[in-house]
Parts: sequence; C-alpha cells; structure tokens
Amino acid sequence: MKQRAFARVIDLGQASVRDLNQALHDLGPDSNATHWQVLNPRGRHALAVGVDAEVTIEIAGHAGYYCAGMNKRATVVVHGNVGVGAAENMMSGLVHVRGDASQAAGATARGGTLVIDGNAAARCGISLKGGDIVVKGSVGHMSAFMAQAGTLVVLGDAGDSLGDSIYEAHLYVRGTVAGLGADCIEKPLADRHRAELHAKLQLAGLAGQVDVGAFRRYGSARQLYHFHVDHADAY
Amino acid sequence: MCGIVGLFAKDAAIQMELGAHLARMLASMSDRGPDSAGFAVYAPPVEGAVKLTLRGPAGYDFVALAAALRGRLWGTVAVQPRGTHAVLVVAATEAVAARDALATMAPELVVVGIGCSMELYKEVGPPAEVARQFQLADMQGSHGIGHTRMATESAVTTDGAHPYSTGLDQCLVHNGSLSNHNTLRRELRRLGYGFDTENDTEVAAVYLTAKLHEGLSLDAALRGSLDDLDGFYTFVVGTETGFAVLRDPIACKPAVMAETDRFVAFGTEYRALADLPGIEQARVWEPEPATVYQWDRRA
Amino acid sequence: MDETPRTPPRLSATFDAHVLAEIRRAAATGIYDIRGAGAKRKLPHFDDLVFLGASISRYPLEGYRERCGTDVMLGTRFAKQPIALKIPITIAGMSFGSLSAQAKEALGRGASIAGTSTTTGDGGMTNEERTHSQTLVYQVLPSRYGMNPDDLRRADAIEVVVGQGAKPGGGGMLLGQKVSERVAGMRNLPAGIDQRSASRHPDWTGPDDLQIKIEELREITDWQKPVYVKVGASRPYYDTALAVKAGADVVVIDGMQGGTAATQDVFLENVGIPTLAAIRPAVRALQELGMYRKVQLIISGGVRNGADVAKALALGADAVSIGTAALVALGDNDPALEAEYQRLGTTAGAYDDWHEGRDPAGITTQDPALAARLDPVLAGRRLANYLAVMTLEAQTIARACGKSHLHKLEPEDLVALTIEAAAMAGVKLAGTEWIPGQGAS
Repeated sequence: MKQRAFARVIDLGQASVRDLNQALHDLGPDSNATHWQVLNPRGRHALAVGVDAEVTIEIAGHAGYYCAGMNKRATVVVHGNVGVGAAENMMSGLVHVRGDASQAAGATARGGTLVIDGNAAARCGISLKGGDIVVKGSVGHMSAFMAQAGTLVVLGDAGDSLGDSIYEAHLYVRGTVAGLGADCIEKPLADRHRAELHAKLQLAGLAGQVDVGAFRRYGSARQLYHFHVDHADAY
Repeated sequence: MCGIVGLFAKDAAIQMELGAHLARMLASMSDRGPDSAGFAVYAPPVEGAVKLTLRGPAGYDFVALAAALRGRLWGTVAVQPRGTHAVLVVAATEAVAARDALATMAPELVVVGIGCSMELYKEVGPPAEVARQFQLADMQGSHGIGHTRMATESAVTTDGAHPYSTGLDQCLVHNGSLSNHNTLRRELRRLGYGFDTENDTEVAAVYLTAKLHEGLSLDAALRGSLDDLDGFYTFVVGTETGFAVLRDPIACKPAVMAETDRFVAFGTEYRALADLPGIEQARVWEPEPATVYQWDRRA
Repeated sequence: MDETPRTPPRLSATFDAHVLAEIRRAAATGIYDIRGAGAKRKLPHFDDLVFLGASISRYPLEGYRERCGTDVMLGTRFAKQPIALKIPITIAGMSFGSLSAQAKEALGRGASIAGTSTTTGDGGMTNEERTHSQTLVYQVLPSRYGMNPDDLRRADAIEVVVGQGAKPGGGGMLLGQKVSERVAGMRNLPAGIDQRSASRHPDWTGPDDLQIKIEELREITDWQKPVYVKVGASRPYYDTALAVKAGADVVVIDGMQGGTAATQDVFLENVGIPTLAAIRPAVRALQELGMYRKVQLIISGGVRNGADVAKALALGADAVSIGTAALVALGDNDPALEAEYQRLGTTAGAYDDWHEGRDPAGITTQDPALAARLDPVLAGRRLANYLAVMTLEAQTIARACGKSHLHKLEPEDLVALTIEAAAMAGVKLAGTEWIPGQGAS
C-alpha cells in the first residue's frame, strides 16, 4: 500500500477497532477526511463496518470477518485477504480485495460492487439481493445459494452446487463449474447479457481485457417458484 | 464451538520457539473458546523411551509417584511435573507395566496421552491461564496442536476439554458440533471402547481410534468419518510426525492455513496466525471441504 | 325375530377425524399441510401451575396503595442505551408480509400506549411500524430480507433470530399469494412466487462465530443498542449458556406453542418443547454463569393472560413476549366474522390458514380490501386495553403473594397440578414436597 500524505492513518497496533469505526461513523458530509489508511489489521474483525460516507479506506494487510460489512458509498480496498462475510449486506460503494476472500463473500449484498482479485471460498454471493460481485479467481461450493438479484461474475472456476435454489440473480462463469445446484441451469448468452457482463467487468477494471464470449450464463429454471410435488426432491 | 491452532516447524529456530508461538496462538482464540483449553506438543523423543502424560488433582506429588514407580519397574523413570499434569518417561519396553502399576498405585490419576514425543495437557479455565499453568511458552518441539473450547452440549470439565488422545502419539481437536454421536457412542461401547464424557468430540476421537485399530490408515479413517459422522466439523489430528486436517462437506466452520519455508500453521481464524514470523509473505489458503490434508516430517 | 343389537360406531383415538382428513388431503395434493399459529394440541402449560397466595405465614399487599412495580430494563449488559419498558410484556416479531401494514401499525400504536416494544419480522422494518412504535426491536434473520444499516441504526434494539418455537431448525415461509408488489419489493423477490427461506444464517454458524457477528452488529451501531438472541425452545439450558457466551444482552426463548405465519403442520406439532419446560433450564444456565438478571430472559409461546405473565416471571423470566394473543386482541378469529370463516371452510377460533392471505379480519393478509377492514387506531386501542388487563392481573396475583414488584415473584410461589407440569417447571406437586425428576443428575 502506498503511503499518501493527505490520508488519515489509523494504526490498529495502537488504536482499537472501536476507535476506527467510530471515527468513520462520525464523518460529517463536510468532512475533508476523505482518505483513510488502516495499518496493522492483523486479521481483526469488523473493520470499516457500517460506513456511510464517500470516502476511500485502504487496509494494509489481512482483515478478519465482516470487513466493510453493510458498506454504503465508501470505497474500501484491502491489500490482503479477507475473512468470512466480506462486504456482507453492502448497500452501495466499492469493496476491492486484492487477495483472497473467505466464505460468504458479499453475502446478502443489496448494491455496490465487490471485486476479489484472488479466489473466494464457499458460498460466495449467498442470498445476494442486488449487489455485483466479480471474482478474478475461482469460487467455492454453494456460491450464489438462494441468490435473489444482482450478478456474480467468475473468471475462474466454480465449485459444486452453484446457484442452488437461485431466484433471479445472474451468474456468469468463464471456467468450469463443478456442478449446478437445485433449479440452476445454463442459459443462453444473448447480446444484452454480454452487455451486462461487459459493464460488470468494467466496474472491476477489466474492460477490454476479457472476452465476454468466453463466459457461460447460469440462472434459475424457475421450477421451484410454486411448489409442485414432482419437484419435491429438490427441497 | 471452539478455536483450533496448529504449528508444524520446518526449521530448528521455530522448533525452539514452538511453545511460545502456540501459547500466543491459543490466547488469540480465547473469545471463541473461553471455557477450557488444551494442547499437544510433540517434544524431542527420548531414545528407547515412552512418555506418559498424567493428570492428577491440584498439588499432587508426582515426584513421589515417580520414586514409588521406580520400585516397580526395571528401568529408569524420569518425571517432569507441570501444574496438575506430569510427563513420566519410562523405557518403551516397560510402557505396559508402567500403566498397570499406575492403575493400582494411583487410580485417581488419568493417563491423558502416551507417545514417543507427544505430551498432552488440558484444563478448565481461560486459555491464556491454561497455557501459563503448563508453561507452554517454554516448550520446544517439532509440531503441536491446540484447542480453546466453548462447550456446546456437554459440561465444562477437564475431561471435556480437547485434545482427545486417539492412540500412540496421536490426538484429535474439533471445532463444530456432531449430531449423531450418541448412536456412534453406543456402537463403540458395544465394541468394547470406554468413554469418560458425554462429549461429541470424544466420540469422534474413539471412532478414529477404532478405525485405526482395524488397520485403516489415518487418511482412510478420516475419509470414513465423512460417511459415518453427521454434523459440522473441522478436525485436526496430531500424529507422531505431523498433522492432518479434515473439514466436513458443508464446511461452515472456518479454517485458515499458512505456509512459509519455516512452518505450516493452522488457525480457525487468520488472527491466530497474524503474529507468526514471516506471515506477511506466507501462502495463506483455506482447506477444501471433504478433503484430507496431511503434513509429515518424513515427506 | 329380534334384530341383533349392533355396537355403536367407535372412532379411533389414533386415527381420529383430524388424522383421517389429513391423510386424505395428503393423498389428494401431494404436498404437506401448511398453516399458521403454533402447536395446537394440548400440552403441559401455565394452566397446570397455581400460586400460593398469602395466608397465615405470608401477608398480601393492598391493591392500589401498596405498590407493585411492573417496569423492566432490557439490555443492561453491554448496550449504551438499554431499553426501559413500563410493563414486562413485549410484542413478538411478526413480519410485514405475514401481517398487513395496518396490523403492524396497530401493534405499534398499542404497544406505545402501554409503554412497551414491538418487533419487526422476516420482511424488514416498515415506516408504519417505526413511526408508530415507540420502542422497536429489529430482527436479523437468516433470510436478511430488507436488512440495511439505516434500519439497524434507527432501531432501539437488535434481535438475532436463530430460530422460533413454532419451527426450531426451520426458516421463514411466505406463499405467493401474500408476496404482493410491496412485500416483493421489500424482500427483493419477484411478486407472486413462493418464498423459500434459509434455515441457517448466511454468514455465520455456531455460537463461536455468532459472537463475531454480534460484535459486527455492535460496531455498526456504535454499541448503542441491546442485542437479543432468540431461539426456539429445544435445548434451552445449552442455548442460553451459548447465547451468553456469544455476547447477548438478552436471551429470548420461544416455546412450541409460539405461533408462526406459515409452516408445515407436522413441524409445528412435533418439533420444539413446551414453553413450560424451557424456562427453568434457561434460568439455571444464567444462574450458573452468574448472569441471572444481568442478561435478561424473555419467554414467549402461548402467553395469554396476566396469570401466564406472573407464572413466567415467577419461574425466573424478566419479561414475556406475545404474538398470537396480540393478534387476537387486534381482532383475529373474531366470532362476528363467523359467516366468512364458514365460507373459508373453518370457524372462528380455528382459522389458521393465514398463508392464504384471505383473512376476513384484515390482519394476516396483503389484500387491500381485506386489510382496509382493520382500523389501526381502534385496533391499537384494543391491544393497549388487553396489555393493561394482563398487567393488572399479574399485579393482583403478585400482591396476593406479598410482592412489591413482579420480579420479586419466585418459583416457590407456585405449585403444580400435574406431575408433568411439576417436573417441567421444577416446582412441587400441590400438597406434596415432591418435585419429580430432581433426584437424577
């Protein structure tokens, strides 16, 4: 992480996570503290959670669980890995993980963009509610489980049970899918999907570098929208 | 529900500091395991000898016990007391005789673990205090595993703490909650195995012991548990020359590993690994579900 | 020739009318029966306990002049702003979606008049409820429908729902006919489809990870608000201890009589333990951890009157929560609507097909015409009346036992009328010194 002269620096070797989050929550609309750098995170949990401000927060190292949880409007960059539930229930803004993400990355995210440069573990995008997730590596099993809305774009592979019980979220995977979950099927990649995919890749800074045609689209077969006894074994 | 830590040294310096690192890792997992703690350290073996880790009531005179035991055995008996525990070192040929003698001389003592290098300690109390009680920070060894416990469905007792010994130089720690352990316990009892607690982890430990007695390799025994055990689990098994890791197929309980050219480490959370030397440059990854991983010094 | 006398027709207790009808229904449809409310079969309950009023050895308090306090503070362990309630009866979580907006407003109005709290449900927080409810508890459920940090911050308390008494181990359920445009919008679902819900939380499993989740919720809300953990009554001793270890300010235990908007009938009647059996184990866990009265305990599941309130508190709860009873107070299952219940194939008092969304009382429906039948102001008044009566009833009983505050009631003020109730509640069988089951460890 580059030092920036104008940034506010919080060293978690001395300050507490409570100090960090309170400082971020106390930001008023007229504050000029628009750039923050957090040193020595050392896997601590709940870093930069509940932020509601147009600021940039850089975390210099690995973060623990729920990094940038419920983020609104902020840009959070983690120069390392993140633990469980990164950007969970994000509302808007951008969370960029330079390393890998643990389980439930982007869980229930309603808006905003989560970009993961490395791999994400199981249940990436679980219960997604409108956010966008772009994973440059691979995702683990049960990703996009019960995903309701939003998009998950995976440049690498996807683990087993992709999109199990999916509703209307859009899934795009370039690599191999180990297996599809209940009610999740491959769907044709029409022009409007290519356009959507292009837009999401652009958010991740990959515009022009990746061929959208190399992806396959997956989504709901909609057989579980109304219970029918013939589909009972999908439950 | 719990925290697990593990460290496998690849160089002599880490071996010398093994206990210090493990003590710190254990303390970092206190929040998720406040009730009790335990650890197994694979300390340098004594040529031709076997170690028995014993646990007794507070204030027990292990030195006097060792002296009395010398009268019953042919060879030497060395003793290293640490709090409520002590490691007795006897000739390998006398291991059985020593156990039999202890059973009659000191039935109030529990043999917590036996091995050529393994020393096993566990107690009720906050993990940092448990580590201090046994002077973990001073211990050296090739590898070690540790556990902090938040009891779910059984009592907070020393017997309920992990690790559980599963055989010579072998022990198990567990994070998660099994759901079919009562039935397995009944079956294992029928086969002649004994239990000290109502704990689900003890069932997993005895299950593995039984499978190993049947002749299965540790790898095969762990893979068998994927079919036979129901519930959520991350298992770490300490062996004479390394350790093994297994996560259940759903893999809800987290697990993180890190490797450098100096060590391989395991932690339930990355926080447990954050202070290891060179961790900034380590390869950090999460074990895949339903996959047995093994690290072995001989490899 | 005389006819041989026939034996009269004999119905089976095992294959009774209800069981036979259910088998036929299953054979016809191929789907399990779904309904609302809680376990309906007869279970050991508060009715099986009675109070030992003042006599020669104990003296009562006079009504009115001699105070019997009813206030309670919730969330004193960690929250900067614990909740002060005037009465130890709260309104349990019920979703907008399962209930109409008018019903949610009515609950808020009534609770505010009475000086107590309401709770959101599996659909998120509506403006109606936040505006009209003076104290609002915001649920964090496995589905996370409508979850957002702004509602977390404008709530007065946060309730992490592990499960509920009607279906411990099950998730929410809302069928297509109630997934209206507004409900669908709040839950990010297509309108008109059956909502499938997760039974586990998406981003944590187990008390060790729950602890970290609670920490996150506290960090988002700057440690201002109490965090409750709600669980269906199953293993209350262990669950209470684990909720405490995970960092809860308040533990909520919901017995099998607790209602739901919709789930499988077989789940309601066969999973979860009676409320009566859940209280003493939960209290014991708190006492053993030295957390009794420091972490508060709220009990729910079939609380109906002031006697139930007094009994739950005597057994050790800090407060109770009502759901089904609150809906009845608003006007659910009113006999005045009998003709309409008949048209629905049921009768007043038995109507529980709330998932169909055709409630004549306008409470468990999203149909605008039906929902308009409920006047939130009048219904709110009815709820406030009912809460006042429950409070007065509890005070009357407490005074008769010589107590200056409802929290001074204790288990020894109670005896049981049946062996089961005595064993479950841990109190003596009336007229004896015997508490069944307390010899074995």
